[in-house]
Amino acid sequence: MKRKRILRLCGLLCGAALTALGILRGEPEVILQKAVKICLECIGIG
Amino acid sequence: MSRMHRDRLKRQGRLRLCVQVIAAAFLNGYAAGFVKKSIFTGKTKLFCVPVLNCYACPGALGACPIGAMQTVAGGKGRSISFYVLGLLMLFGTVFGRLLCGFLCPFGLIQDLLVRIPLKKLTVPRSADRLLRYLKYAVLLIMVLLLPAAVQNELGSGDPWFCKYLCPAGTLEGGIPLVLLNPTLRSLAGVLFTWKTAVLLSILILSVKIPRVFCRYLCPLGAFYALFNRFACYQMQVAEHKCIACGKCTSVCPMQLDVPQEICSGECIRCGRCKAACPADAIRTDFSVLREKQEHTA
Repeated sequence: MKRKRILRLCGLLCGAALTALGILRGEPEVILQKAVKICLECIGIG
Repeated sequence: MSRMHRDRLKRQGRLRLCVQVIAAAFLNGYAAGFVKKSIFTGKTKLFCVPVLNCYACPGALGACPIGAMQTVAGGKGRSISFYVLGLLMLFGTVFGRLLCGFLCPFGLIQDLLVRIPLKKLTVPRSADRLLRYLKYAVLLIMVLLLPAAVQNELGSGDPWFCKYLCPAGTLEGGIPLVLLNPTLRSLAGVLFTWKTAVLLSILILSVKIPRVFCRYLCPLGAFYALFNRFACYQMQVAEHKCIACGKCTSVCPMQLDVPQEICSGECIRCGRCKAACPADAIRTDFSVLREKQEHTA
């Protein structure tokens, strides 16, 4: 049970830290640029 | 199974279906996209939704985490996306695969198809065990490695999973856009035929094998599976209450041996086993809250 609690805490802390780091690196904007155009690969056009 | 438990299973199924439909409608709530024959371009697409939901769907309000992961991996930096990885770790640590069971729109499609009254197939246990690893290979190779390692003619990496495998993209984005938009229709070729064939195969298999895509191919399910054992949301079988009747195992869509595997990464937390259990031996809750309650009691 204690091991699970530690893993849970690590997951939450790592998740929050990585999200913050990604935001600082400007990744959401890169994703937005892709997401607002029709992704031709996703729909099977090429 | 007694009538009371059959009714309980039906009620639970209806409730889960309602949640799934509301989630799918909410995630794809931009109805104007279907009228305008285009996609949503607002700022909510900065945020990745926690389930497999193609951002090329005319109704999609958020970004698909698997598509986003490949976009960053195949971009200039050629690196793993910390933002998407972090968000998925947060979702996974809190909910585990509860998201697959209750919120995923492609899971909903499979759950609807399995209601077609045809005899269901049971995958032989040894094959099932082996095939389960396939989704981890899909995550590692098609989502993380190939987009970063292989350059296309434009110098960027292709989203291999989206391009060659993802059935959700074809169903939610490809087919509506190709039907609605004549320009896109004229561009559809071999790749579109391939992706439609993949989609049809998975849909047909879903009628016979419950949640076949989630079991064997979904890279997002593979990612969340890593967190399922210790996620805040847990399911447990109380051994002292279990009467080993096997009813939980018989209703499990993931073909799990429930008393043994309820804590494994494969359980999508759909709750069918809990509803079917005549001894009320299965408990579901957010264990963080329970631990707190037990501590204060």
